[in-house]
Amino acid sequence: MSTEKRIQERDVVIQTIAKLMIPFIQLYGLYVMVGTEGAGGGFQGGTVLAASFILLVVAFGVDKGRMKMPEGWNAVFKSLGLYLYAGVGGLLCIIFSLGKAEYLNYCAIPLAKIIGGPATRGFWVGNIVEVGIGVTVMAAFVSIFYDLVRKEEKKEAKE
Amino acid sequence: MIIPLDLALLFFIVVIAIAAITTKDLLAAIVLLSAYSFLMACVWVEMNSVDVGFTEAAIGAGVTTAFMIAALSRTARWEEK
Repeated sequence: MSTEKRIQERDVVIQTIAKLMIPFIQLYGLYVMVGTEGAGGGFQGGTVLAASFILLVVAFGVDKGRMKMPEGWNAVFKSLGLYLYAGVGGLLCIIFSLGKAEYLNYCAIPLAKIIGGPATRGFWVGNIVEVGIGVTVMAAFVSIFYDLVRKEEKKEAKE
Repeated sequence: MIIPLDLALLFFIVVIAIAAITTKDLLAAIVLLSAYSFLMACVWVEMNSVDVGFTEAAIGAGVTTAFMIAALSRTARWEEK
């Protein structure tokens, strides 16, 4: 196989640096998504997480990248993020606001009466929504990159 | 906000943008666009908007460069005359 030969020729410096960097990049992406108090940061954190997986594929090759992040997970993660966003934003608030249907009004859940509206929005519900956005963005970027790389592989196999 | 640093960064951005659209080597154009995005991220950070800055660095300099190189590997490297 030509792919195995290409994997063996990869540089050990790049692989070691990638092994060292990837956990910190992912931790930073998670920090951007949920670490700060205010709202926002889901798209940025998801992009940083996707960049870590793209670095994994670039450093170790497509085969090991598919072992760590299989392509079937992309659809699962995309759907999971959408369900988190729409579920927290819509379903919970529709249920807890007793039929008034306050979509994306995070202060409508009963937790807001205990710890206050801004705290609910910022700490609890906003973080779950941001994780949903970030997971969707990460899976979308990784699936675009896998699509670009896979077509290249097919072309090489024909030749 | 430091005015000379700002002017120097904007000058380099203009130079890199002109170089990126005039070169015939598409790989060089991609690398120049990556440098353009990095300098743009420096400008955002220098204008005290760190959030936009590292988004630009992650998307423009990181993910877009990887996408464009992966797309370039399926086409020719040199622009037709």
